[in-house]
Order: sequence, then C-alpha cells, then structure tokens
Amino acid sequence: MPTELAELVAAAQAGDRPAFDELVKATYADAYTLAFRLTGNEEDARDVVQDAYLRAYKGVKRFRGDAQFSTWLYRIVANCASTHLAKRSRTRSEPLDEDAPLIDERPEIDPELRADAALQRDQVTAALGELPAKLRAVIVLRDIYDLPHEAIADELGISEAAAKVRLHRARRKLRERLLPMRGEEEARAV
Amino acid sequence: MPSDLIDCDEVASALPQIVDGSGHADRAVLTHVESCLRCQAELVQYRKLLRALHNLRTEVLEPAPGTLSGILANLEAAGERGAIRSLLTGRRAAYLGGIAVATAAAGAAGALVLAHRSRERMRLAG
Repeated sequence: MPTELAELVAAAQAGDRPAFDELVKATYADAYTLAFRLTGNEEDARDVVQDAYLRAYKGVKRFRGDAQFSTWLYRIVANCASTHLAKRSRTRSEPLDEDAPLIDERPEIDPELRADAALQRDQVTAALGELPAKLRAVIVLRDIYDLPHEAIADELGISEAAAKVRLHRARRKLRERLLPMRGEEEARAV
Repeated sequence: MPSDLIDCDEVASALPQIVDGSGHADRAVLTHVESCLRCQAELVQYRKLLRALHNLRTEVLEPAPGTLSGILANLEAAGERGAIRSLLTGRRAAYLGGIAVATAAAGAAGALVLAHRSRERMRLAG
C-alpha cells in the first residue's frame, strides 16, 4: 500500500473524517470500475459505491492492514453489489439463465478475424456485460481482481465449490463467445 | 483425436479449471491434452482469455457524474446521524442517571423517615 494511502487509512482509523474523504477521493474511481463491472450499468454502480464507502467508513477501524486496503475495499464493493443485484432481481425481471448462449449480432465482429488477434478490451468488456450477473461477479473478482476463491465465496454468500463452478462456466462462455473453436460458430448458427 | 480413454468433450469441460493451474488436473486429462492438437489449441484460447481479463485490471473507468459528491454527501449525512445519535445517547444517559440519583435520594429519605418514626414509637412505648 502506498505510504500516503497507509497514512490516510491510519488517520481515518483514528476518527479523522477529512482523512477518510481523502481516501475516498484516492480510491473511488477504482471502486466504481469494479462496481460497474459487477452491475453492468452506471446507476447501479453509483449506488453500490455509495453503500460500499458507507460500510467502509463504519468498519474502517476493523481493517487490520494484513491485506491491501484496495483488496479490503473490493470485498466490500463485491458484497454490496451482490446485495444490490439480489434486491434488484426481486423487483425486476431479468434473464438469469446461466446456460443461455451469449449471442453477438454485431456484424463487425468476425469470428475468423478475432480468433487470432489479441482480444480488445471493449470486446472483453462487452462480453462480460452479457454474462448473467452471477457468473460475471465470479469471473470479474477472480480473473480481473485476483481475489481468492474463499473471499469471493464469502462476499457472494455462496460455497467455495459453487464459486468455482460458476467461474469455470463463465470462462467457458466467454471463451466460446470471444475465441470460438472451429465448429462452435456453426453449431451456434444452426 | 488421440487414442486414449477420455475424449475431447470430457477434456473441454476440464480446461477452464486447469488453465490457471488452480483446479485439480486429472492425469487422464493432461495425457490427452499432451497428445491432442485440438485440446491444446483450446487451452491456448483459454490462456488468451485469462490474459485479456487480467489486462482489464489496469483499466479505470470514468465514474458517472455525481459519483464522488454522492459518496461524500452520504458520508456527511452518516456522520451527522452518528453525532446526533451519540448526543441523544449522552442525554439519555444523563436523564437516566438523574432519575437513578433522584430515586436513590428518595429511597434514602424514606428510610430515614421510617427509622425516625420507628425510634419515636419505641420511645413512646418505653
């Protein structure tokens, strides 16, 4: 953790509110990025980071410093996003079928061309956004933010085994969508 | 497909687990991959995918307008609520403390009156 951030954390733990505000300013874009990746839209991402910083503020004294502050914050964001999405799914109907295929109808994405090219960030981001929220959460936290399986399971309120199953399913879906093997495209088209 | 006991479909379902070395790699799966070009190619695709995902880690999105001010306003409101709560808690404690002192004083006064009456009664009887 950079010294400046560590000093801000220490000051915030001692009850210094302006120090916590500075901590927010230094980290909120990163926290927002994670919230956006987990929720898939700006409005939810904004709600999630607001909740997350409120929880972080109330719990900052419990941060022990044995992990990075950012990792601690990511876990809070993940937990808030999970709660938020669970509430949302009770009030809105959205497809949660984890086995539904990801369909990309944009003609500019040619499977032959993209197979060997380096994957573009916007392609990956778009494909992530099309994953069901439950699968997206796990792959984002594990493969982008490098959180351990145990932490992911804790924050999402699922077992470690379930977290792994979702991760593998998410990887497979993304691979099929972004880097299809010969025959998979034809199978999807049929 | 190589002539072994496991086919490409079975291996395909194991590839997302073994691509980062975190999942248990069954010996039969590894043996199959070593000799199957199709499965090797698929494993390479998974590695590409993981690299692409890992690269997203450095990307920081521009937060929606009003995000920072919303967070800070929320914290401010929570701070004020906390201050009011602690003030009310302090007042409640002082109020309860006052009642306790008044009750104790009334009890002590009552006891003194009773003791005094009792002594009077004994004096008159004696």
